[in-house]
Amino acid sequence: MDRVLTANFDHPDVDKLPVYEGRGGYRSLKKVFSLKPEQVIEEVKSSGLRGRGGAGFGTGMKWGFVPQNSGKPIYLCVNADEGEPGTFKDRELLLRDPHRLIEGVIIASYAIRCHTAYLYLRGEFFEPYQKLEAAIREAYTKGYLGKNILGTGYDLDLHIHRGAGGYICGEETALIESLEGKRGYPRLKPPFPAVQGLFGCPTVVNNVETLSALPYILEKGAASYKKMGTEKSPGTKLFSISGPVQKPGVYEIELGYPLRKFIHEDAGGMLPGKILKAVIPGGSSVPILDASEVEQVNLDYESMNQFGTFLGSGGVIVIDEDFCLVKALKVLAKFYAHESCGQCSPCREGTGWVHKIMTRMEAGKGTPADLDLLLNLADNMTGQTICVLADSIAMPTRSYIKKFRQEFEDHVALQKCSKM
Amino acid sequence: MEFTPENKKKIEEILKRYPEGKVGRQAALLPVLRLAQEQFGYLSEEAMLTVAQVLDLSPASIYGVATFYTLFNKKPVGKYHLQVCANLSCCMEGAEKVVKHLEEKLGIVPGETTADNRFTLSEVECLAACGTGPVIQVNENYHEKIKTPEDVDRLLEKLR
Repeated sequence: MDRVLTANFDHPDVDKLPVYEGRGGYRSLKKVFSLKPEQVIEEVKSSGLRGRGGAGFGTGMKWGFVPQNSGKPIYLCVNADEGEPGTFKDRELLLRDPHRLIEGVIIASYAIRCHTAYLYLRGEFFEPYQKLEAAIREAYTKGYLGKNILGTGYDLDLHIHRGAGGYICGEETALIESLEGKRGYPRLKPPFPAVQGLFGCPTVVNNVETLSALPYILEKGAASYKKMGTEKSPGTKLFSISGPVQKPGVYEIELGYPLRKFIHEDAGGMLPGKILKAVIPGGSSVPILDASEVEQVNLDYESMNQFGTFLGSGGVIVIDEDFCLVKALKVLAKFYAHESCGQCSPCREGTGWVHKIMTRMEAGKGTPADLDLLLNLADNMTGQTICVLADSIAMPTRSYIKKFRQEFEDHVALQKCSKM
Repeated sequence: MEFTPENKKKIEEILKRYPEGKVGRQAALLPVLRLAQEQFGYLSEEAMLTVAQVLDLSPASIYGVATFYTLFNKKPVGKYHLQVCANLSCCMEGAEKVVKHLEEKLGIVPGETTADNRFTLSEVECLAACGTGPVIQVNENYHEKIKTPEDVDRLLEKLR
């Protein structure tokens, strides 16, 4: 496997431009600028790269939706609003290899004919902000950004726009609203951002990891990228793993890799005395896998779907036998209730109700009827809202209760956690 | 209340990043609110009115935006704002005990500030550093793997 995203992770000073260049950085641009923008889109389409923010939509296809005859400016927004619980991969990319992202931004912008790109950076990310600011300044000085890049006549400005705290702003239309200086309310779609996005203009929103894969794809070619991974999930992806494992952290893994192997070999296995009970494979929003499913599933989009869950952001949360799932669901319910923007009633009310019921249950005051009430709530929150935040707690609720009903029933019957 | 000449210059620079006219002035709101918070300490109604004047936007819309985002403080915070992540991965690493120890040590609960205005304690949601939890963000900086009461004490000692 080639390291597409983490090739520079062992080189501490690679955030400095000369070091990045010395390791082959910005080399892809020569080739990119020799191609027509349409050809760059074709190359990315044929690489099969899919959006790494969570949705997994084809990147080249997303770019292809941008109309080239609207007469309006075209914008690229970099989604660096990482905040899905269990996910901490983009922060590593921003801290360890900021120039790779900038190179990716240049490639994407050229492909969609954008001349102003905004990097929407999570408000809490101060250290990444400093690194990025410095890297962008270097890139301007060296002529990779600004007017007439590398003498090609192509102009591109890249601005950082810092968020101010709000999980929902990672949803692409909420991100656009937030960039426009408003409350982070997701928009009804259609119109999709490709047609009517930032400031009413055609806009592409791409995740940090997606853009960081572009330098490799353009330099080595789509064919090299496609050699890795599976047919429908080509390439590599970053997985961040947390929970009671020996080596939590961020790993670049070829898609299609067995989850069991990832946990027990790459992440070093469980901590002494800890027994794996369940795994949330793609960030806190996705349905949970039980121990037997963990043995069978692979880290790619299709295999995850076969097991009724999603690859999502690649945030793998490992849960052991000693940790109470009632508590896990309460913690997540609190999060989604807090982060609901409040526009849609099923989400505003539903997340609050799930949180209330789970808080009561965790405190030992649950009733046997609560479980079916939760399932009923989850069903009524699914697919009823502008964005998928409501689904993001409905899916865990349904899957935790379905797969671990006994644990929930015990908690209700004992009026406390059996693990304490 | 007025922005310093230095911050006024910064606002000019910020406005250049966005299109001209009202859309651009609105787009500049988040960065300008951040600047206001840095200069005035928190976003009082007066501070928000100052921003409204500078950007020529309605005070009501600014209030609406400021109250949506968690990083904008609508009341004063202490010198050190301790923001403890209490989400799932940090919770598994013992974040609840960390919060409890901080409560005992500082004599305040989340949302409060110590009488000497030194510490404000908050529970916050996922800070995207789940592999090194529990995480406490102190003002701008992350402190990771704060697992035990001793870790907490060492951190507080550094902030004295």
